[in-house]
Amino acid sequence: MSRIRSRAKAFAAVALAAALAVGCSSGSPSGPAAATGSQDSVDAALKAGGTITYWSWTPSAKDQVAAFEKEYPNVKVNYVNAGTNKEEYTKLQNAIKAGTGGPDVVQIEYYALPQFALTDSLVNLDQYGFGAFEKDFSASTWSSVRVNNGTYGLPQDSGPMALFYNKEVFDKNGIAVPKTWDEYLAAAKKLHAADPTKYITSDTGDPGFALSMIWQAGGRPFSADGRNVKINLADAGTKKWTSTWDQLIQGKLLAPIKEWSDDWFRALGDGTISTLVTGAWMPGNFKSSVPGGAGKWAVAPMPTYDGQPVTAENGGSTQSVLKQSGNPALAAAFVRWLNHGNGVKPFIESGGFPATTADLTSPAFVDEAVPYFGGQKINQVLTQASKDVAKGWTYLPYQTYANSVFSDTVGKAYLNGTGLDAGLTAWQQALVDYGNQQGFTVSAG
Amino acid sequence: MATFSVTRPSKSRVLTAVMALYLVYTLVPLVWLVINATKTQPALFSSSGLAFGGPFALFDNIGQTFTYDGGIFFRWLGNTVLYVVVGAGGATILATAAGYGLAKYRFPGRRAVFAVVLGAVAVPGTALAVPTFLLFSKLGLTNTPLSVIIPSLISPFGLYLIWVYAADAIPDELLEAARIDGAGEIRIFLTVTLRQLVPGIVTVALFTMVQTWNNYFLPLIMLSEPKWYPLTVGLNQWSAQANGAGARPIFNLVLTGSLLTIIPLVIAFLLMQRFWQSGLSAGSVKQ
Repeated sequence: MSRIRSRAKAFAAVALAAALAVGCSSGSPSGPAAATGSQDSVDAALKAGGTITYWSWTPSAKDQVAAFEKEYPNVKVNYVNAGTNKEEYTKLQNAIKAGTGGPDVVQIEYYALPQFALTDSLVNLDQYGFGAFEKDFSASTWSSVRVNNGTYGLPQDSGPMALFYNKEVFDKNGIAVPKTWDEYLAAAKKLHAADPTKYITSDTGDPGFALSMIWQAGGRPFSADGRNVKINLADAGTKKWTSTWDQLIQGKLLAPIKEWSDDWFRALGDGTISTLVTGAWMPGNFKSSVPGGAGKWAVAPMPTYDGQPVTAENGGSTQSVLKQSGNPALAAAFVRWLNHGNGVKPFIESGGFPATTADLTSPAFVDEAVPYFGGQKINQVLTQASKDVAKGWTYLPYQTYANSVFSDTVGKAYLNGTGLDAGLTAWQQALVDYGNQQGFTVSAG
Repeated sequence: MATFSVTRPSKSRVLTAVMALYLVYTLVPLVWLVINATKTQPALFSSSGLAFGGPFALFDNIGQTFTYDGGIFFRWLGNTVLYVVVGAGGATILATAAGYGLAKYRFPGRRAVFAVVLGAVAVPGTALAVPTFLLFSKLGLTNTPLSVIIPSLISPFGLYLIWVYAADAIPDELLEAARIDGAGEIRIFLTVTLRQLVPGIVTVALFTMVQTWNNYFLPLIMLSEPKWYPLTVGLNQWSAQANGAGARPIFNLVLTGSLLTIIPLVIAFLLMQRFWQSGLSAGSVKQ
């Protein structure tokens, strides 16, 4: 399976390269949006009805589509699970390149959105007046769907990061909940020394996690202005993270267990992995997939470098409308319903963490005592985290490619303990070379 | 039973040990798969991978595999069978006809064909996937069964195998005798040649069958709707459900589905290995 996967990965990279090349030759990306339009045409399309196709892998998608069709019987939504993230992006990239075969509405993660928006493949929803929704979404998710002064989707969920920890393991080994990364390091050493089968956490080199950690530490390695891209994976913030995390890697304090594998779920249940620093969408996964951890896990704010609360986003998706769509107004209506209408509720009920301020502040949500977490009101911690997300983060306009080569470069630091900085330097070189080949003007440093 | 000492007078311990290691290496994944297909999803996370644990849930897992998501497993199984029968079957027929033709007829451009076929053997299918996708997209064939079947019809390796096999297995004198008896070329192919080629044809059929049955990449690219997926892509989609926000791991069904998926291939090998063995020994004895 893993050979198949890595082949698929390699292919995704090739497909992306080709698609970007096409994107470049077809002209510069759309400039700043003009005055925003109105939602009248969206309302009219909804009234007229029609058929649209929707690609998504969200577990709640089926229920949401059924609820939408019930509310608007004259609209038919053809729901297709076209694969989880990378697979879907590969297909989307192919359809865009072929000029046909894509869906009307598609789920895209925040990290991949700039690449599709910048290749002029998505509808700028400002033309339907969706810019007016800014105040209804948390600041970090709204900035995630804004590319080049346009709105290229409505945020579905968010993943402000927090510290999930196994209270039972902590208590048994006399470890206090770490508030700073120094305390976290000390806890890692103490725990592994006391019980060599236990680790503070696992990390085998995940680009999404690494970038979120750099984000929190104040690093801003990527910036893009049109086709001019700057990459600096050695700025002060990035180094702050690497100097901390290197100690965990080189001290062999990280469990060598791959995320999302059956071993990983098992390790979360039996205490082998005793903390997770991850997005606020994690509780749903705990409840459905880690039954052995019920009553043991708790949530605390993400550790910081100086004790002042600051966090970052990890994961999260948006729904966008494809330029290929034969009925973009109706597609936009569906997106509006999904993330700014009655579609939000079934999403939250399925365990998703909302991006809408109304839900993030509703007492029913914030004060819910969650039995899995021993009755802790975890959403108080998580909604606070969504307010503490550091500002000014940007992804690369070819981030899916970048992520696909992360393990070839930075991954070595995890395998051989050769230091994250060296790995990041190699990654940067690969990204500069690739970007320049794709018609971007990329400068390092 | 001491007759097999003709070619091997003494046994090599080293070779035996290497073979034993190889056997273990080959069988462990299969054993792991069988053991873990008997476990429930929670037991998978709480028991060791190479030991039985939790309640014996094999039949329950099979039932769930068949009914999960509206019984889509059957649909995927049907798709795979369709792609194998039409795709691999067609590839075998084409490779047989073309390989025989190239081996036994002299015509201009034969050397060019030889070069093209050898070149085609060397190009990995993965590299051709994107151009093929764009071509099929222009023809409006993407996301249809034809987009998987048509590329599967071409098997340069199978053609080459039949070519080499036919050159050896069919004496020119036989064809000349048939011609003198007044048989046409088509009739010679159907009544004389095919029989001689059976071991080669079965070998090619096995190769193309396994290839099409396990094909992952082409359908992944070509198909966007799960209703056309073969088992490989479908099972991978089930596996990917364990990934990310809102993950719903169903590893027990992925494992059971994988076990069920390899059974037809195992049966095919057991049924056809006789032919295959005789095919592999072709040319080893001077007639």
